[in-house]
Amino acid sequence: MEEKDDEGESVCRLVQPEGLFMRVKKNSIPRVQISTPYSTRPEGDIRNTVGNIPMEWYQDYPHIGYNLDGKKIFKPIRNKDELDEFLDKMENPDYWRTVHDKTTASDIRLSDEQVDLVHRLQKGQFGDVNFNEYEPSVDFFTNEVMIHPVTNRPQDKRSFIPSLIEKEKVSKLVHAIKMGWIKPRKPKETTPQYYDLWAKEDPNAILGRHKMHVPAPKMRLPGHEESYNPPPEYLLTEEERMAWEQQDAEDRKLPFLPQKHSCLRAVPAFSRFIHERFERCLDLYLCPRQRKMRVNVNPEDLIPKLPKPKDLQPFPTTMSLVYIGHSSLVRSISASPTGQWLVSGSDDCTVRFWEVNTGRCMKTLEVGGAVKSVAWNPNPAVCLVAVESTVLLLNPGLGDRLVVSSTDQLITSYEPPEEDKEQAVTWALSEGPEHDNGHRLTLTHPKAVKQVVWHGKGDYLASVMPDNSSNLQVLIHQVSKRRTQNPFRKNKGLVQCVSFHPLRPYFFVATQRYVRVYNLIKQELTKKLMTNCKWISSMAIHPGGDNLICGSYDCRLAWFDLDLSTKPYKMLRHHKKALRGVAYHKHYPLFASGADDGSVIICHGMVYNDLLQNPLIVPVKVLKGHQITHDLGVLDVTFHPTQPWVFSSGADATIRLFT
Amino acid sequence: MGGLQKKKYERGSATNYITRNKARKKLQLSLADFRRLCILKGIYPHEPKHKKKVNKGSTAPRTFYLFKDIRFLLHEPIVRKFREYKVFVRKLRKAYGKAEWTGVERLRDNKPGYKLDHIIKERYPTFIDALRDIDDALSMCFLFSTFARTGKCHVQTITLCRRLTVEWMNYVVTSRSLRKVFLSIKGIYYQAEVLGQLITWLVPYQFAHDHPTDVDYRVMATFTEMYTTLFGFINFRLYQTLNLVYPPKLDSKAESELKAEHEEDYAMDSESYLEKLSALSASLARVVATAEEEENQLDLFPTEGEDQENMQAREKEQKEQEAQKRLFEGLKFFLNREVPRESLAFILRCFGAEVSWDKSLCIGGTYEVTDETITHQIVDRPDMDKQYINRYYIQPQWVFDSVNAQMRLPVEDYFLGTTLPPHLSPFVEEKDGDYVPPEKLKLMALQRGEKPVQEDDEEEEEEDDEEEEEEDEEEDDVDDEELTEEKNLKKMEGTRAQGKTLAVKVTPGKVKPWETGSVGNKVRLEQEEKAEEKRLAIMMMKKKEKYLYDKIMFGKKRTTREVNKLTAKRKAHEDASKAQKKQKKAKKQ
Repeated sequence: MEEKDDEGESVCRLVQPEGLFMRVKKNSIPRVQISTPYSTRPEGDIRNTVGNIPMEWYQDYPHIGYNLDGKKIFKPIRNKDELDEFLDKMENPDYWRTVHDKTTASDIRLSDEQVDLVHRLQKGQFGDVNFNEYEPSVDFFTNEVMIHPVTNRPQDKRSFIPSLIEKEKVSKLVHAIKMGWIKPRKPKETTPQYYDLWAKEDPNAILGRHKMHVPAPKMRLPGHEESYNPPPEYLLTEEERMAWEQQDAEDRKLPFLPQKHSCLRAVPAFSRFIHERFERCLDLYLCPRQRKMRVNVNPEDLIPKLPKPKDLQPFPTTMSLVYIGHSSLVRSISASPTGQWLVSGSDDCTVRFWEVNTGRCMKTLEVGGAVKSVAWNPNPAVCLVAVESTVLLLNPGLGDRLVVSSTDQLITSYEPPEEDKEQAVTWALSEGPEHDNGHRLTLTHPKAVKQVVWHGKGDYLASVMPDNSSNLQVLIHQVSKRRTQNPFRKNKGLVQCVSFHPLRPYFFVATQRYVRVYNLIKQELTKKLMTNCKWISSMAIHPGGDNLICGSYDCRLAWFDLDLSTKPYKMLRHHKKALRGVAYHKHYPLFASGADDGSVIICHGMVYNDLLQNPLIVPVKVLKGHQITHDLGVLDVTFHPTQPWVFSSGADATIRLFT
Repeated sequence: MGGLQKKKYERGSATNYITRNKARKKLQLSLADFRRLCILKGIYPHEPKHKKKVNKGSTAPRTFYLFKDIRFLLHEPIVRKFREYKVFVRKLRKAYGKAEWTGVERLRDNKPGYKLDHIIKERYPTFIDALRDIDDALSMCFLFSTFARTGKCHVQTITLCRRLTVEWMNYVVTSRSLRKVFLSIKGIYYQAEVLGQLITWLVPYQFAHDHPTDVDYRVMATFTEMYTTLFGFINFRLYQTLNLVYPPKLDSKAESELKAEHEEDYAMDSESYLEKLSALSASLARVVATAEEEENQLDLFPTEGEDQENMQAREKEQKEQEAQKRLFEGLKFFLNREVPRESLAFILRCFGAEVSWDKSLCIGGTYEVTDETITHQIVDRPDMDKQYINRYYIQPQWVFDSVNAQMRLPVEDYFLGTTLPPHLSPFVEEKDGDYVPPEKLKLMALQRGEKPVQEDDEEEEEEDDEEEEEEDEEEDDVDDEELTEEKNLKKMEGTRAQGKTLAVKVTPGKVKPWETGSVGNKVRLEQEEKAEEKRLAIMMMKKKEKYLYDKIMFGKKRTTREVNKLTAKRKAHEDASKAQKKQKKAKKQ
């Protein structure tokens, strides 16, 4: 074939005077490639020497390559544009046989022979017209059987004598068959054979691992919703169906859509049947199995058995009085030691005195600023009010006239010391109309006062000016001598509130997270209580002095047993919102907490004299009444000094008495 | 500081577990073979308690097997068969490549195979163990028996599955152990009680399967291989317990009857025999000719107290079961062309009925439509042209509902063309607090022997509604009083805030009515007190217990919410249907 191909090509060459020749690729549509031939040209040899490259490379140049002499071959001056092409197509009768030669950028008209050649190649015929594909073949050997042997060698003996070895082999086989040693191949059994597998159930044969084996859980049995005709309530509504379709396959509660068919005939095949069976198979061999002990707990058993609140009476149960008069949040309240009067301080810059039993406002005093804290002197009828940046000592002038006058006497009997000491605050005696209103002494503090507390004896009082940067946060004043001292040299954090120990010379200072207990006589730190709270809001000390409660803005109330540990004995999370005030009752085993959720929770907190017995804490009542305004509920709580009553002041500008 | 240094992960849980890949390497098996081995031997992965420790400090997700399990697999004879098979495949491929056809034939003749008998015996040491685990086997075999005989798996497997399922159904029919049936949208659920074990299986509806592409049929085929072996042995044993011949043979009487008719329809004898068996219309041959049923009476023991009660309960149960077994005894059914023949014939025969069908439908019909003694004809089309007077024409659901109710339900609701009552699942056992559909309540009343009350209940319902409304009003009153009190207070506060000088006074509050009121109020007061006490006690719970308590209560609340939702839906549906009825009436008038 090779030879013939070559021949064909050569023939081609001869036929094409212009020097065109075509290469034909076998097994493909013949592609015409036109290139300049090697044959010599008479004159002006314009063979392009660039070789077989994409001619687009010369698009931007005026020439299209180089001739044999290395001279540029220039493009024809005017290229045909689309319109020329079209006109040519329409008018030129030879257009169909015109071929564009890229290397010379010239159009070549194919001759008849060339066209014929192309046709022949397209049909898959040989290029040569004269070549005959079907020439008769010439046999190398004759097909006739010759009568004479080709060689003259005589036949072997073994070719006509039976083989002894073979005979031996056959006789062996025959003997084996006769003896029944060789049997014909049995047809294979395709159907499995079953028999009584458990005929001998030997309990000893059971392996130890069968005790470890966890049998696969059975498939869930279908419920009503899987029925082909379920009750109407089990069908999904349009919205539920939409939700079902949008859910992931794993999140769906039902793996299928409940459907209702009017009759059995209408039920279609379940499209996921094979899927479900396959998933079951996967579960069986891929899922780890575990025995889970499910404890059936009766939720009632989990609730602790507490003594009944009924047995722990008395405690306040109902709201009986509402003291109305303030026009803004009531920040602080305090009851007089006799229990007859109540003082309240509010953001509307007034201090009001109330008669407890009637709810009547006895007196209203304007003070020049929002009242942050009020405290009634535990000893005589001296009332003290802390106002913005000042502390006022007021004599309310209520009750027994003798007590009132003795209080005044106490204040006027002061004799200034011989040498004046520089003090942190200035003490000023009020006169004129202010004196008539009840103002007695004014202690001007350098910063805003947040809280004031009396010592149990009634002579000392402490004021708190929270400030993170200075050591002047707590001041202790002595009223009879009009002296002020700053007990702390160092700043240990933002002071939230302070308190005196009711019996011993201890002083409690609550910073943001800790409560520090100082011994005032020894002038040293005795204890540091960790509250585990984020931010302490209030603190109260048990009248026995061994227990302490802390309310915090993160809804917790911590009860400390000072003898037990520096960690809370109990954390109570009864309130839903930040605690604002906590209080102990003086005589009854009660404590109260007020919070921003508008409720006051009364707890029974029994402290035993026996040191081995832990305090008993039982919540006994949730008192509600205050309205929540600006996200603030109850701001302060305080107990009546003698009765089991509790006062609470709220952001709704009211004070409420629960009895 | 003497002694050798202890190395990590050389003792404890790290050595008790082995990853899948390591196990595979230890067994020298390919993943597919390992998978097959696990399926056959029933080995499953194990979740270690401390994954990180077992995984040698890494947290990559891996499947772990117990090392003991893998060691147990090490000396399994099947593993060698797997290797032999691998060699066989290699040789065969080579023979094909060399076009040695005699070699191919020889190799094919000696194809290595394996039996799973010993594995079955090992996995299920006692018969009851095997019976307990047969649920999946049944469902799988029933599924495979419905496959078309092309493509997805070997034809032999399909025919074997079909044979085994037919044997099983025949056993259930003969032992009359079917208990519950349920038509679901997936297929038909059956539950039988065999030797004290409840066995449930699911049969797909008779349709061609649309084979999914994302399912690995090799896994399913391996399971089926195991299940068919197990199933065959169980069938053998079960037939033995009933003194039946295995493989099953038809009664000689029935056989002669059947033989006469359909001899020429089937090319292969075995095929026609299987068809005859699957017709389920004839009884099976027994090894020893005995009476049909032996009454096994419970022996009476002298007992006292609680035992006696138990005994009585058991006796009662026994009686009920006996009654259920004879549910359809004496009835003659005829199945129309359009109903699922196999399932209905199976169920009806299980409860002692006689069944027949059209000759064109299946082999084995024993009487014609024209038979005058037919009592029920099961039809699933809206109307029939020719109806006989002395038989009921009922829809198939009647059979299923009757079986579940353990009594013949009134046929009126299931007549031709009527709207069927809902079909309830017999597998749901409602605890108190769960939602019970009204149909179930009605059914329970029927079972107790009460006559169904009709049409009167509507009025009652209306009355109930009124009462409820009244109660609501009472509550509202109470609330109102509280509200007014608050309002008064607010008004006063308001006036104060405006700066009006009101005379200072204390307004007398109202004592709430339940504090001084009648007996009912006292009860209410007590309840309230108790609720308050509980609330306070919950406040004092420990954190851990509170969490558990909250979880339990959340679950309870969710169930009640669901129940409420269902009842509300039902009520809405009933209201809608009532309104429709009224409209229709109005239109008629």
